Amino acid sequence: MKALIEIDKLNLFYGTFQALKNVSMEIPQRAITAFIGPSGCGKSTLLRTLNRMNDMIPGTRIEGKIAVGGTDIYSGEVHVETLRKKVGMVFQQPNPFPKSIYDNVAYGPRLHGVRGKKQLDEIVESSLRAAALWDEVKDHLKRSALSISGGQQQRLCIARALAVEPDVLLMDEATSALDPISTLKIEELAQELKDKYTIVMVTHNMHQAARVSHQTVFFLNGEVVEYSETEKLFSDPSDQRTEDYISGRFG
Amino acid sequence: MNESTRSEAPYSFGKRNSSSALYDRIFTGLVWGIGILVILFIVGLLFMLLKNGLPKLTWDFLYSIPSEIEEGGGIGPALFNSFYLLAISLIISIPIGLAAGIYLAEFAPNNKLIDFVRICVEGLSSVPSIIFGLFGIALFVEMFQIGLTILGGAISLAFLNLPMLTRITEESIRAVPVEMKNASFALGSTHLQTIRKVLVPVALNGLVTGICLTAGRAFGESAVIILTAGVTTSGVMWDFNLFSPGETLAVHLWYVQSEAIVPDAQEIAQKATSVLIFIVLLINIVFRVPLWLNSRKTKS
Repeated sequence: MKALIEIDKLNLFYGTFQALKNVSMEIPQRAITAFIGPSGCGKSTLLRTLNRMNDMIPGTRIEGKIAVGGTDIYSGEVHVETLRKKVGMVFQQPNPFPKSIYDNVAYGPRLHGVRGKKQLDEIVESSLRAAALWDEVKDHLKRSALSISGGQQQRLCIARALAVEPDVLLMDEATSALDPISTLKIEELAQELKDKYTIVMVTHNMHQAARVSHQTVFFLNGEVVEYSETEKLFSDPSDQRTEDYISGRFG
Repeated sequence: MNESTRSEAPYSFGKRNSSSALYDRIFTGLVWGIGILVILFIVGLLFMLLKNGLPKLTWDFLYSIPSEIEEGGGIGPALFNSFYLLAISLIISIPIGLAAGIYLAEFAPNNKLIDFVRICVEGLSSVPSIIFGLFGIALFVEMFQIGLTILGGAISLAFLNLPMLTRITEESIRAVPVEMKNASFALGSTHLQTIRKVLVPVALNGLVTGICLTAGRAFGESAVIILTAGVTTSGVMWDFNLFSPGETLAVHLWYVQSEAIVPDAQEIAQKATSVLIFIVLLINIVFRVPLWLNSRKTKS
C-alpha cells in the first residue's frame, strides 16, 4: 500500500519535556492505522501533530519532518487552515456546536466559502449518509445537535469532518466516551470509510485496534516500540514490551 | 435462597431517622424561607416605588419641559438625555469592551504584564463611580475646556462601564468549552472565524448579560453625570447637540428631590422614579429578546 503520511525522526517537546522521541513511520493511504499504548505514551500527541493542533499549545517545539502527500506540513508555505481541511479530526468527547444538525455539518463548507443553499443541502446529505446518520436525522435537520444521543453526536462530528472533503481522518479515542453499541457503529463506519479516506485512530482499546486496523503502532514513553501489520503485531510481536502490553501485563 | 432465610423480617425502607435527615429538612426550609423573603422584599420594594408614581403618570409628563417655579413640569429633556447619553456611551463602550475582553481571553500572552492588566481591570470595575466623574472633570472641563456636556458625560460613562464589560466579556468567552474551539479549528477555520461563529454565539448569553448590566448602570448613574454633564438641560426637546448640558433622568430625580423649589417636587420625583424603574426593566427585557430567539434556534 502506498504511504500517504511519512514521519521522519520526529522529536516533540512541551517546554523541556520530550513527549515524542525520534518517531519515524509511514501511514498507508486508504487504510486504518491504530495507535495504541498506555496513557501519556505520546500517541495522542503524535496524532495532533498530523493536523498541527499542537500548534495551539504554547511551548511546543518540533524537530524532524512530517510529510502529508509529499509536502512537509511544518514548512513555511503550508497554511494550517488548508492542512486541517485536508486532515480532519474527530475528538474523544462528541463536540457538536450548539447549533442545528444541519448547521453543524454545513459549518465547515461555509468556512471554506460554500454559499449556495442547494450545494450545502447536497453536502449535508451526502456527509450524513457517509456517516451513517442520515436515516436517523433526515426528518429533523433543524433540531439542535445537542438533542441527539452521544453516539449520534459522534457520528454527526464525523459527518461534520467529512463535509470539508478531507483525505485523512484522525480519530482521537473517538469511541471511548460511547456505549458498546455506539462504539460498534463507529467501528463499522470506519471500515466503510477506509475505502475513501486514510484513517488514523488512537485507541485505549487494544481489541478495537485488533478488530478494525490494518496497521498498529505501539507507543511507550514517547517512543515507537513497534509498528507492523495489525495481525502480526498481535499474534507475533517482535518486542518483549509489546508482548507484555498486549497480553495485559501492564498498562 | 431457601425458605428459612426469607422468613426473616422484611426490609424496611422507611424514613432515615438520623440527624442528617433533620439537617436536610431544616436547610431546605431555610433556603425556601429566605428565597421567599427576598422575592417578597423585591416585589414590595417595586410596589412601594411604583404605587405613588405610576397612577399619576401621563404622556404629557414624559415629554414636556420641566418647570422651575410653577407646578406641572415634565421630564422631557432629562428623559431624552438619558437615552441619548446611554446610546452614545454604549456605542463607545460596547466595541471597545468586547474587543478588550476578547483580546484578554483569546490573544493575550500568558505573562506578568497581562496578569497586572487583569488586576487593574478588576480593580477599576469596582471603583466608585464618582472617581470616574472626577476623571471626566479633569479631562473635559479642565483639559479640553468644553464644560459640562453630553459628550463628556457619555465618554465618562463609557469609561465607567468599560472595565465591567471587559471582564464579563473575557469570562464569558473563556467559559466556552475548549472542545468547541478545537472542533472549529480542526475544520480549518481561522481564529477570526472561530471567534465570530463559535465563541461569540456560544458566549452570547454572558455577553448580553454584561451589556444589560452596563446599560442599566449607565441609565441609572448619577454621580458621573452630575460632574461631567451637569444638572441642567438645554431646556428644549430633541436637542442632539453633543455640547449641550446633559442632565439625565436619574440626575433630575436627585435634583428635584433635594434642590428644586417647585411645589410638586415630591410628585415629580415619584413619577420620575417609576419611569426610571420601568425603563431599566424594559432595557433588560429588550436585550434578552435576541437571546430568546437564539435559544429557540439552538435548542428544541
